[in-house]
Amino acid sequence: MMGRIKGISGPTVSVNMKGLKLYDRVYVGHAMLTGEVVRLDQDVAVIQVYENTKGLGIGEPVKSVNMPLTVRLGPGLLRGMFDGLQRPLERLREEMGPFISSGTEIYALDYLKKWSFSPLKKKGEPVTRGEIVGYVEEGPFKHFIFSNFEGRISRIMDGELSLNDTIAELEGGKEIFGCNEWPVRMPRPYSRRLSTWEPLLTGQRVIDLLFPLARGGTAIFPGGFGTGKTILEQAIAKFANTDIVVYVGCGERGNEMAEMIGEFESLKDPWTGKYLMERTVLVVNTSNMPVAAREASIYTAVTMAEYYRDMGYHVLLLADSLSRWAEALREISSSLEEMPGEEGYPTYLASRLAGFFERAGVVETLSGKIGSLTMILSVSPPGGDFTEPVTQACLRTAGAFFMLDTSLAHRRHFPAINWFQSYSLYEKVIARHFIEHVSLQWETLKERCRELLKREESLREVAEIVGSEGLQDADRLLMKVAEMIRMEFLCQNAYTEDAFSPPEKTIAKIGGMVEYYESAMAKLKQGISLEEVLKG
Amino acid sequence: MRLSEYIYSTISSIRGPLLFVEKVFSARVGEVVRIRFPEGKEMEGEVLKIDGDTVLIQAYGETRGLDIGNSSVVFTDSVKRAPLSLDVIGRVFSGSYTPIDGAPMFVPEKWVPVTGYPINPASRARPEEFIETGFSPIDGLNTLVKGQKLPIFSSAGLPSKELAAAILKNSRLGSETGGFVVVFVAVGLTYYEYSFYTRVLEEMRTGFVAFANMADEPVVERLLAPRFGLTVAEYLAFEKGMDVLVVITDMTNYCDALREVSTAREELPGRRGYPGYMYSDLASLYERAGRIKGMAGSVTMLPVVTMPEDDITHPIPDLTGYITEGQLVLSRDLHQKGIFPPMDVLPSLSRLMQSGIGKGHTREDHRKTANLLYKYYAKGRDLRRLEAIVGRDGMAEADKLMLDFADSFENEFVNQGVVRRNIQETLDTGLNLLRRFSLE
Repeated sequence: MMGRIKGISGPTVSVNMKGLKLYDRVYVGHAMLTGEVVRLDQDVAVIQVYENTKGLGIGEPVKSVNMPLTVRLGPGLLRGMFDGLQRPLERLREEMGPFISSGTEIYALDYLKKWSFSPLKKKGEPVTRGEIVGYVEEGPFKHFIFSNFEGRISRIMDGELSLNDTIAELEGGKEIFGCNEWPVRMPRPYSRRLSTWEPLLTGQRVIDLLFPLARGGTAIFPGGFGTGKTILEQAIAKFANTDIVVYVGCGERGNEMAEMIGEFESLKDPWTGKYLMERTVLVVNTSNMPVAAREASIYTAVTMAEYYRDMGYHVLLLADSLSRWAEALREISSSLEEMPGEEGYPTYLASRLAGFFERAGVVETLSGKIGSLTMILSVSPPGGDFTEPVTQACLRTAGAFFMLDTSLAHRRHFPAINWFQSYSLYEKVIARHFIEHVSLQWETLKERCRELLKREESLREVAEIVGSEGLQDADRLLMKVAEMIRMEFLCQNAYTEDAFSPPEKTIAKIGGMVEYYESAMAKLKQGISLEEVLKG
Repeated sequence: MRLSEYIYSTISSIRGPLLFVEKVFSARVGEVVRIRFPEGKEMEGEVLKIDGDTVLIQAYGETRGLDIGNSSVVFTDSVKRAPLSLDVIGRVFSGSYTPIDGAPMFVPEKWVPVTGYPINPASRARPEEFIETGFSPIDGLNTLVKGQKLPIFSSAGLPSKELAAAILKNSRLGSETGGFVVVFVAVGLTYYEYSFYTRVLEEMRTGFVAFANMADEPVVERLLAPRFGLTVAEYLAFEKGMDVLVVITDMTNYCDALREVSTAREELPGRRGYPGYMYSDLASLYERAGRIKGMAGSVTMLPVVTMPEDDITHPIPDLTGYITEGQLVLSRDLHQKGIFPPMDVLPSLSRLMQSGIGKGHTREDHRKTANLLYKYYAKGRDLRRLEAIVGRDGMAEADKLMLDFADSFENEFVNQGVVRRNIQETLDTGLNLLRRFSLE
């Protein structure tokens, strides 16, 4: 099927073409730019182009492939770095040099590489759709291969295979390959959703103790620039106790990505001792790369994350930043001349976001395994103003909210998570897990910590009027201890060994501080002066 | 490829810098056109949007004198390109790349599209080579590294041009390999400011290239000048292996020009009337800074942003800060105290500092010293608010010490006038300060 370009406006192109389906993938122009049909109007189709439209001319051809935009799923995704359309950046560099020009298509996976396949099913055995037929070793992981069809196996291979080779054949001639395509905008199926019960440990004390996150949950952290969003996100990507990390750099800085890649290649996962890169998939669409591909990038990433979830792994998806995705949506919407909602964002912003957030969760997969997909997403509100539409839309669906505070960041208090405004809806559900596995004191100490910080806040207002000298000894002691909690417990330097704190260390540390406060209080009550108490 | 140029005299409407041309047979987005005035004068323009056979064109110049009927538009079938050669060094051009230094145009070695191509994130090299600017609050606390983009956030009336000029004069790169060149881009500058900068450029020992769009020159040229500058910078860095420092002043004028054109196009305005795509547009400039694996040169960027109403949350500094790797914030308060550079180190930040300091880059104790200086200065600043309420006498001895430290920090560490300090001197000044207050 072919048509001709009729109009071009920013990232959208209109074309004279019949027979297209909504969200079909098309190739635009002589340069064969990738695009997606976003609107059909009689015999005119409007296409969102994922690459730079500069130089595109009127009358150039548009070809349809009769398929939606998909990602390729198979062994070789781990350690990979892709752009928003899942083009492998490393191989793009080898073929095109250091700059990216438009209209190059390179498959995400290496189809010639040999993988060692071990079958888990035998000839004659029945399989259902989504059932596992075998696995290949992908780094430290077993990469399971699913059957796409229901039937009885008539032939199954064993040994060295490439992604081009048939892995198994079903009676009736249907073939199973090591690699599949999946439409990015369609959530992958599972057999049922389960409720969350386990924490995802981030190694950040303020999160793990005060605002814990559950596996399968969603968290957002909005913050103005300079509040340490990227550093926090990267620290979590390094230290979280999860099997696989999918990291999306969505409209962010290229140099930071370069820094991160360098670090991930040299650092080891504190939980398993393996190199971080071995468990990581990167999707990178920096701010100067095409806007429409930025819109697609989070879907590309979440589909790959779901794929590993289906193998029964715990997957963590990190995106930095969702605001850039929303801005891309706004840019496309305005070039489609849609009626704008708040601040120019399209009115479907909230429902799109909700649809994306709901792809997180703990599930029983089609093959009967338990897997989870957790999301931690940063938001960059303009001017650090949390009343803006993107933050507000996220708050309606996210399960945890870590508010990054500009005034804390200016005082170099990092991670700059505000301990009064942030919240986690998972706190009660996973408290039991902490009590059973870490410490019986978990909940009590958490409450003590909150209380001390709360009392410091009100005392601080008094101290601002009367000066710290004018406070009673008991209050001054509390101020001292609360300062200790802030500086030594809540603060964590991302560049030292303290960047990662296991839950045992977290609870021991806060336990020590609370104990110190109580024994000092007891001494004060015996009439010993504050100066003496602080010395001893 | 078209075999001949097409000339249309079917202009149907003219709105400020925008022209609508009808019955166009063949056109491409981004194509350069030549607009012919009735009296024969020519001016360049670019195709922005195509809708059937109607084409929207943005003129790169003053459209006064154009009419409907006698004016015509020539379609050239090529995108906007910049001529490049090593001979650009030492030259001064207008915002539309015409020589204004009296010498004739050089013979180009090649022509390259001005929008450039995004650097593949996989081919970026980690920025980790220290650049010594000679200023303690920058070198010591907000270190600049090669390939970084670090804007100066200034306010009306603050000495941002003196600071930018001093950085131009004093900067030393960690390693001198292929040479060091400054690309200076003036966007909507007044003659007074411009002549200040030209004096500085002439006194410099290193090579420079300047693009100057003055305050009374066409607004649309302001969108073009930074792109010419960066295309030249990329050429010198990644083809000729030079270390290039790009200074663009003032980005606020650039953004206002963007807004002016967007309004003429009747686009939906975003915050404060700036277009919704301003983030992507700014990123297409700022992200051109960087280093590439296996290549010698680098592009480092130092844009100057004037914050309207001293407001750091205004869309221009706000979006800039989200793209750049930190910011250097100037403070009116320090300027009034007579401190130069009047840099407020608390809201300032260099995101790439970590990889450019320490052993092998600057000095082993750099991080530790910087952290301590930050910590105690922040504390001192906090206490100033308390001092304003209870008075100095009502404060504890330890608090008074912090107050004195904050004052000495501003007067001795931040304040250095035009004297250049090398990194050893900077760190020693900081250490001595800490020692004197027994805070080490």
